[in-house]
Amino acid sequence: MPIHEKSLIRPENIQAHDKLVLDGVDVSGHWSTFIQSRVVSDYNERLQEEIAALPGGEYIHRCWQCGSCTNACTVNAVNPDFNPRFWIYLIRMGMESELMRDKDIIWQCVSCHKCTYACPRDVVPEGVMKATAHWLELKGHTKKSASTLFDEEFSEQVIATGKIEEGRVIRNFFARTGQPLMQDWLVEMAKRIARRLPIKFGIRMGLSALIRPRTRRWSKARDAITSYVAEQEQKQREALGLGDPVPARSEAAATTPNAKGV
Amino acid sequence: MSSTDVTDKKVRYQRVAYYPGCALEGTGHAYNQSTRAVGKALGLKLDEVRDWNCCGAMEVKNIDPKVQTYLSSRVMSIAANEMHAPVVMAPCNGCYHNLKKAEYDLAHDASSREVVDRISAKAGHAPYRAGQLETIHVLDWLKHGVGEDELRRRVSKSLEGLKVANYYGCMYTRPRHIFPEKDQGAGSESTSKPHFMDDLLAAAGAENVEFPLKTACCGGAHTLSDSDISTKLVLNILRAAEAAGAEVIATECPTCHSGLEMHQVRAEKVLGERTKVKILYFTQLLGIALGLSARSVGAHENASDPLELLKKKGLA
Repeated sequence: MPIHEKSLIRPENIQAHDKLVLDGVDVSGHWSTFIQSRVVSDYNERLQEEIAALPGGEYIHRCWQCGSCTNACTVNAVNPDFNPRFWIYLIRMGMESELMRDKDIIWQCVSCHKCTYACPRDVVPEGVMKATAHWLELKGHTKKSASTLFDEEFSEQVIATGKIEEGRVIRNFFARTGQPLMQDWLVEMAKRIARRLPIKFGIRMGLSALIRPRTRRWSKARDAITSYVAEQEQKQREALGLGDPVPARSEAAATTPNAKGV
Repeated sequence: MSSTDVTDKKVRYQRVAYYPGCALEGTGHAYNQSTRAVGKALGLKLDEVRDWNCCGAMEVKNIDPKVQTYLSSRVMSIAANEMHAPVVMAPCNGCYHNLKKAEYDLAHDASSREVVDRISAKAGHAPYRAGQLETIHVLDWLKHGVGEDELRRRVSKSLEGLKVANYYGCMYTRPRHIFPEKDQGAGSESTSKPHFMDDLLAAAGAENVEFPLKTACCGGAHTLSDSDISTKLVLNILRAAEAAGAEVIATECPTCHSGLEMHQVRAEKVLGERTKVKILYFTQLLGIALGLSARSVGAHENASDPLELLKKKGLA
């Protein structure tokens, strides 16, 4: 099984000169290529601890860098820069500034669990990816990803009513991310479904927009979950040395019992 | 697996608690309809879990994994403590996975037990305890509750000549540790090369093609939030199925199913990549083989529009 190598030499640090004469000797061309050295000095010694304090990151210390996770990774096959083994290495070494170079793609883990299946050390790399993406957002290094906005919309509906209604999740998610609902392919998709069942389809769409499905006997569970989530958020912020959250739109909704729904 | 175990399951699975989940009341409507229809045709009984809630799907765990454990445990608590059912069956891979995961966590992790106990007490119901209930997938239900021999006898419209790629997805087999009954030798399901769906469809007469991406990921978790990657992953699956000679991809999960359908359209619209393979729930195919009409298993609801193919094959 091949281990996916990650070169620490950055392309922009490789220097070659088309025309260079040193001490009267012509050293033009690629054979005189050299690598600009770089020094990493801003270690974050608490990085591993912080990731481990977030859900999913608990077992990062077990990693012995075999690379089975990256080898098995679904997203790595599409984008070779998506490299869980390398990120776990950086986190364990405390190399925060290096990790920042990939901050905008870490959230793209699709939770297929192939890494967790392959890992011989039970690191649960999928969990570490989620914890790292969460850490980046809590620390303000990245904006909330589209995936986080989806998770929040979904979870808020589940906590409020016990169930979700897919149409509502999709509509609200598109609104949160500022995307138009009338995208070519979605319209085509709706057309293809509607082709065979025009009346029933219309009725179901209309009803789901009006009547929100909800679980009976749910209100006490809703309150209990809401207070548990608020308590955990507080704990996580403390572990990361952060103050009280700025009440952004979605956070305010997540911590307030939303009994009447949207 | 001993022969008594097989007989036990045959008896135990005749009547089970049924947890459809949110997707089966929405985009997975045809899966719900065809699962119920197949059960009825085979004389199996389903009792829907009372006042069920969402299991947490792929999303709630990213807000907090233990909330997901609680959500799944509430469903199991109702099935076990209020309905006194020994078995709960979930056709959705996501629901099935989450119930299995909750079962594992509650058996092995004290802090998960503590959180579930605390929230259950406040919510006013008995907490679920590991071991009270057996969680199974619709595949287990049909494979062990009916079996291939019985199914073969009941088939009235053989799927003969229909080339099928069996697609199981991620949540049915991974991670391995939450499925202790899998990988237990002959007769049990395999996590690396699952075969229950292949077995059932073969018994219904279908010709299963050699499909290498049985447990590949469709990108379902990011179907809408990272559509470009999902489209690439789905296109890969569709192309591999076509290359293997499949006319139909049989699915067993509403998220995979609608992901495949949506991104088949998206690949065509956005990338100009057209694929012709049809996508059907395996329960729809089984229902048709049992003599049910294509409409009564909801085949007209499928976006990939399989009716023409089914007509051509004499199945609709």
